[in-house]
Amino acid sequence: MNPETTETECVFFPKIELQSLITLLVGDGYHVVGPTIDQAAIVYDKITSVDQLPRGWTDQQEAAKYRLERRDDDALFGFVVGPHSWKKYLFPPLTTVASAQKTESGWQMQTPEPDTTKYAFLGVRACELAAIAIQDRVFTGGPYVDPVYKARRSNAFIIAVNCAQSASTCFCTSMNTGPKCSSGFDLALTELEDGFEVESGSDIGAAVLGRLTTQSLTAEHSTMAAAARQQAVDQQTKQLNTEGIRDLLLGNLDHPRWKDVGDICLGCTNCTMVCPTCFCSSVEEVSDLANENVERQRHWDSCFNLSYSSMSHGTTRNTIASRYRQWLTHKLGSWENQFGTSGCVGCGRCITWCPVGIDLTEEVAAIRGDAAPKPPGGAA
Amino acid sequence: MTQLEACTRLLDPWLAHTVRIVDITDEIADVATYHLEFVDPDIGKSFSFRAGQFNMLYLPGVGEAAISISSDPAQRGTLDHTVRIAGNVTGELARAGDGATFGLRGPFGSAWPIEEALGGDVVIVTGGIGLAPLRPAIYELLNRKDEFGELSLLYGARNPFGMLYTSEYDDWGRRGLSVTTTVDRASPGWDGNVGVVPQLLDRMPLSDPANTTVMCCGPEVMMWYTARSALGRGIPPERIWISLERNMNCAIGLCGHCQFGPTFVCKDGPVLRYDRVASLLRVEGF
Repeated sequence: MNPETTETECVFFPKIELQSLITLLVGDGYHVVGPTIDQAAIVYDKITSVDQLPRGWTDQQEAAKYRLERRDDDALFGFVVGPHSWKKYLFPPLTTVASAQKTESGWQMQTPEPDTTKYAFLGVRACELAAIAIQDRVFTGGPYVDPVYKARRSNAFIIAVNCAQSASTCFCTSMNTGPKCSSGFDLALTELEDGFEVESGSDIGAAVLGRLTTQSLTAEHSTMAAAARQQAVDQQTKQLNTEGIRDLLLGNLDHPRWKDVGDICLGCTNCTMVCPTCFCSSVEEVSDLANENVERQRHWDSCFNLSYSSMSHGTTRNTIASRYRQWLTHKLGSWENQFGTSGCVGCGRCITWCPVGIDLTEEVAAIRGDAAPKPPGGAA
Repeated sequence: MTQLEACTRLLDPWLAHTVRIVDITDEIADVATYHLEFVDPDIGKSFSFRAGQFNMLYLPGVGEAAISISSDPAQRGTLDHTVRIAGNVTGELARAGDGATFGLRGPFGSAWPIEEALGGDVVIVTGGIGLAPLRPAIYELLNRKDEFGELSLLYGARNPFGMLYTSEYDDWGRRGLSVTTTVDRASPGWDGNVGVVPQLLDRMPLSDPANTTVMCCGPEVMMWYTARSALGRGIPPERIWISLERNMNCAIGLCGHCQFGPTFVCKDGPVLRYDRVASLLRVEGF
């Protein structure tokens, strides 16, 4: 589903028709997941009604800061990205990968039946489409395919939404991932005052669109949609110079900046939890009291955890500085060797959700040597 | 279940197969070799591996450990793993007896460069438990002795009681492997070499260094010194191979734990060409 997108004719549907789309997808057996407000943040959760969308809300983001604020309009998608990403559904935070049962003839191992849950993701941003494409490579592009990811991914229906604004933490233009959605979706929406400009990106998307009541796109709609998308470009202030970044980082493993950032980093793992591409995990044994029925449960893990690199005779990365270095050199450097792409999509989540406001673009600039001397974490 | 589904299930990389302990050989203190067979004979028949590869041994309720295979790849008998008690999984394994069952996923990872070494000399440099992942390579080299030049094993241990497979050395010697040992600390009765194993490489005669392949497994610092010694003797960097160890959780390149720069030690390694990882080997905490 949602393969390479070719240029298609856009149509228009009024806002009320978005509910028809949700209802139609629910009727087709999809679990529709979209943005909704929970605990003062816009998160992704199951929805059945447009009324669950964050109508009239926006997010204010900067390093270590995330606040919801009222908009002066009724936009449904008038925000950027929150702490959740779609990996929560494609690469679940907790899942059973295998099980073992003790029988009279010894231990018997099984793996679960393929997950047949169909998800429809509503409101996938361009940087998130890029993140999904990256995780596709991680989980399905190598010699071993992760069955959990593959099953969920192959069933997913993706409704992208073009950003009409950027946060101060966004830098998708530096990573060439956005803000315009160009491929990897079934449908892509641009929100206008009275409705949506809609583009289909796959046969399945076109088929769904064909079952909705749409109108032909007026020149005015088209102009307004283009202006909305351009606004997201124009508002973007943060930049990351990616030129030669892999060699820059891997060639500076002894740079004093790693210690500086290690002194401030709490090793809390927030950046890796909110990152839409971070894929690290650990499998743990969960058994009954008699240890006769055992589940092998995979949970998200993080290279910031001390135990992550521990071996019987010692731990490889003992210091937070070495763990931050591992994260950044992997994300922006060795990821390219491994998967032919950067591991960063420029969504800015790791900046926003870092409790001490460490900004990876500033860390790279410092190592590159073109930053004003400034301690990690922004504020002096 | 359709045929396609059945096929997909078989390919599930998370599925462990049941193995049974056929026999246990006590080797040295805290080290034993577990001779395993698959409970399902069809899986046993289809299972093959290359020297240097490892399996994930799965003790349900305890977890998995990455353990190199130490038997002969050409033998269709038991699948052997020489294991040192080091953590929870290996500790539980040490409490298991003949007939006990557990799980096995594999084989995983890269192999020793047997084909690359064809026609030349081979020097195996290792220490302690590091001989276990090299024993399959020794068997294969000796099975195909005519295809290689001189074969040497340089083996070090902390003391004379820390040497694996000593009962096989005479046989290996008769079949064409020159075995030289050294210990860090001699004990009464030891009249052999004393010193670290890279020193043996410094001293040994090499008739054709440009066509000599080094296969090395041990602590990283030992492998680094071995490589330095090999380079000093004129062995080309692309002929020096080492086996790295990292925390491994999935063994299939999906969990991230074993990364060493661009390398996933589980699927790109554990056997790696020295010159491809040399620049990262001495980076503290990397």
